[in-house]
Formats: sequence, C-alpha cells, structure tokens
Amino acid sequence: MVKNKIEVRNLNLHYSQNHALKDINVFLPEKEISAFIGPSGCGKSTFLKTLNRMNDLVDGVRIDGEVLLDDENIYDNRVDTTILRKKIGMVFQQPNPFPMSVYDNVAYGPRTHGLKNKAQLDEIVEKALRDAAIWDEVKDRLKKSALGLSGGQQQRLCMARALAIQPDVLLMDEPTSALDPISTSKIEDLVTQLKKDYTILIVTHNMQQAARISDKTAFFLLGELVEMGETETVFSMPTDKRTEDYITGRFG
Amino acid sequence: MSDQSLAIGGLKVSTTENNSIMKKNNRMIDKAVYVLIYLSASVSVLLLIGIIGYVLVKGISAVTPEFVTTVTSAVKGTTGIAGNIVNTLYIIVITLVLATPIGIGSAIYLNEYAKPGRFVRLIEMTTEILAGIPSILYGLFGMVLFGITLGMGYSILTGSLTLTLMILPLITRNTQEALKTVPLNYRSAALGLGTTKWYMIRTVLLPSAMPGIITGVILAIGRIVGESAALLFTAGSGYFLPKNGQWLSKVLESGGTLSVQLYLSMSKGQYDTAFGIAVILIAIVLIINLITKLLTNRFNVARSANVARSANVARSAKKK
Repeated sequence: MVKNKIEVRNLNLHYSQNHALKDINVFLPEKEISAFIGPSGCGKSTFLKTLNRMNDLVDGVRIDGEVLLDDENIYDNRVDTTILRKKIGMVFQQPNPFPMSVYDNVAYGPRTHGLKNKAQLDEIVEKALRDAAIWDEVKDRLKKSALGLSGGQQQRLCMARALAIQPDVLLMDEPTSALDPISTSKIEDLVTQLKKDYTILIVTHNMQQAARISDKTAFFLLGELVEMGETETVFSMPTDKRTEDYITGRFG
Repeated sequence: MSDQSLAIGGLKVSTTENNSIMKKNNRMIDKAVYVLIYLSASVSVLLLIGIIGYVLVKGISAVTPEFVTTVTSAVKGTTGIAGNIVNTLYIIVITLVLATPIGIGSAIYLNEYAKPGRFVRLIEMTTEILAGIPSILYGLFGMVLFGITLGMGYSILTGSLTLTLMILPLITRNTQEALKTVPLNYRSAALGLGTTKWYMIRTVLLPSAMPGIITGVILAIGRIVGESAALLFTAGSGYFLPKNGQWLSKVLESGGTLSVQLYLSMSKGQYDTAFGIAVILIAIVLIINLITKLLTNRFNVARSANVARSANVARSAKKK
C-alpha cells in the first residue's frame, strides 16, 4: 500500500466573496505523479498554491479545512512556512530565474537555508543541474547571467533551483505552457525520471501531457473536484459525464 | 476617412484618382512634427552647453590654485573657497548617511510590508506633498526646531538635519518606484524556495532595484549641492576650514556651502568670485555623478564575486 504524502480534507477557499475551491478532498500518494486538469479559472492553480501556502501572499484569501503533509496540518498556527516550502518546492508557469548567474540561481535555496560551505554548494548545484537535465548545456557558463538562457533552459534551471533545496514534494504550475514542443518533451522526460525520488503534482492544460506522464489524474471544474483516479481509468472510462465531455473536447 | 487625412496632408488627391503608393513625400504633418521634435531636443542640449560654456568662460579665470585651497582673509589678502568646498562635502555626506537608510527603509516598508490601503495612500500622498514644499519652509522649520529648540544653533549638523527632512521624500519615492519595477515573479520564486521575507528583499529586491535607488541618491545630491534657501538660516555662512584637524567638532560650527557662498557673493556684487564658485559647483556635481556611477559598477562586481566562485564547479567538472 502506497503511503499518502499529502491528504487534503474538506478544503474550502474563499477569495473575497468568491468561493474558489469547494470542499476538496484529495489524497496524493508518495512518489507518484498526480496531474490536475480542467478549464481556465477552475481553481486548479489556486489549489496547487494552497499546498505550500503561497496563497498566504494574496490579500483577502480565507482557507478552511485541513491539508496534511506527512500527517501534520500545514495550516496549523505553529507552522513555519519557510520549512514547509523547503519540503514542498514549486515550479511556476513562467520561467522566473533571478537576475543572477546560473550558479547563484541554483545555490539560492541552499544559501537561504544557511549552507555556506563552498564545496558542498558546488556539489549540490552540479547535482541539481544534472537532475534537471541541463548540466551539459550550462556547465561552461555557470557564472553567466541566467537571463541569457532560452525559455526552455530557463524553465529547467528553475526546476534545478527547486530541486537544490531537496524537497519531498514538487508542485508544478503549467510548467510547459510557455515552452516549445522540444523543451516540453525534455521537461516531461525529466518529470518522469524525478518520480523515483519525489512526489510530483502537475497542473496542466494539456490533456495529452497528463495522459502521458501522470499516475493519477484529477479533473477540476468551477472550483470543484469532479473526479480523481488512475490516469488510465479517468481517460478511458470516466465515471462523471462532465469529465467525459471535457476530455473528449465536447465541453462547453 | 482617407480623403480627409489626405486633405490634412495639404493635398486634395482623391484615392480613386491616383492609386500609386509613392506618396511618402505627401506626409507633411509627419515631417513637420519630426522637425519640431528635433528642434526641441536641440534646444535642451544647446541650453546645457550654453550655460556651462558661459559659466566656464566667465568663471575659469577666477579659479586659481589659491582660490580653491585658501579661505577668504582680509589679513592675508586672499580670496578663496576651500572652507565652502569642505562644508559642502560635509553636508552631502552627513545628509546622505542620515537620509538614505531611512528613505530606503520606509520605501521597503510601504512597498513590501504595509497592507495596501488608506494608511499607505496617506503616507504616499504626504511624501509627495513634502517633496513639493518650497525649500525655504524647510529652512524655517529646521532653524526653529534644530537650531533654536534643540540648541544646535547655526551649524553643519543643523543644516544636514534640515536637508535630511527635505530629501527624505525624494529618496523614498524613488526607491518605491524602483521596487515596483521588480517583477512580482521574482518575489514568488524566492518565497517559493522558502526564503524569509527579509532575505528575499536583501538578495533579490534590493539588488534589482539598485539602479533606481542610486538615481534617487544622485538627484538628492543635486538638491543638496544646489540648496541655498534651506541652509542660509540653518548651516549659516561660515567659511573657515576646520581648525588644527578638529574635523569632528567642525560639525557643530557654522558652515556655508558653495551655493550659499555663491548667493552671498552675488548679493555683494562680487561676480568674479560668484562665477568662480559656479565653475567649482559644476565640477563637483560632475565628479559626484562619476563616483556614483563607479559605485554602481562596484556593486555589480560585488554581486558577480559570488559568481566567480562558481567557476570552480566548472573546473572540477572538467577534471573528472
């Protein structure tokens, strides 16, 4: 039996008057890839951000319910979000490297968490860049600005940056939507590789992508979790009519 | 529509009559605007060159080694502004040391910590109004508060504190604008890695905003150097050099800056001296601009020093 890394119970999220997430219950198994699909504005990105409390930064957000990470509620008053976000890394939709060198981008996380030893930093940076399958492309330009990389390289750099803090969980918010097909396939290969060490959650607009890489798929609609199950099942014989309409392109 | 626009161009050619595309020369308004804009730009450049040239021609003869290294003395029969140069530097340094940290700090508070709302808008509005108050009012306020009530009299310190109040809004506003230009996704990227807010501000926001912050500081220096009204009744018009190396206690003595001395010389009809001072003022402003630019570059180098260390990774990789 696979252990659940994250358990979400009765999660409701209000944004001012808007009820953006409605009574979500989800179990996310350890070292699996879970994909969240659904039309724009259905709340899947918002849901992703509740898992590492990035919604705390938005004014007027109210969250009820429980999100358990290894059986600890991340919305407990005693939670240090710094440590939480070290355990749950995030890759954003737009590649967002810092205006620093490639090396400093990857070393940023470890340095934040107090690592100063140069040899150790060098080792972590190299490992993270190798894990993100970008080492060969950047090893000769580690001290050059990260902003000079192509979009696809920048996104893999951002993945390396997230991996360098050695998280348990990796949240990815439409990580390939701004990339060309070749970069997209590199990222997909990468995500599949990373599964052996990380619990991965990926929000995507691309249903083929969800079908290709994920173990579990969840379908969101208007702030509700309509259906979640084994990816194959969801795509071949969805139990809900709305899921079927969406994945067959008959939707609305 | 097209008929109308052609008519504005000064040519009444119906589109049906002539279908040729070779009508670039018919765009008279575009050309006229181009000439006007070009002229406007030339006027500003010529004005700058004209003023600097005029000041140099009139003032350069007054600038002698004696003029910049001695103080005016009836006994020795010298006319010099060494004291005023030193006073100016004193006031620039003290004012910036006081105003820059407070200004940057309050900008960081307003932009990054305060919840946007009525209170922040009130502070921002106040800052803007403060920036627009005539400097003589700062002089009056500074004289009464620091000079009389707090008993500092006419002194470089009184003047610097007064100017601190005056340039604080300038530095705050500029820093705020600079912080606003830093993309939001830098913030979420850093916070998503589990940084504390202050670490994020220190390592990502401030370095990215630094060019804008430095522009604010340069503008502030400009205001300090050019100020006379706010200083006349606070820092006074002393023109002596610090006695026997008493550089510290000089701060509590009266000290007129170059601009104050320029004003005094003009009011006494000593135009040669006045133009001489003007030359030195322009030179100081240019030098300070250069130094600040160099400091900006130093700052960038300091950032890339971390980067240089990363070369080791590459090297060790090659060894393998």
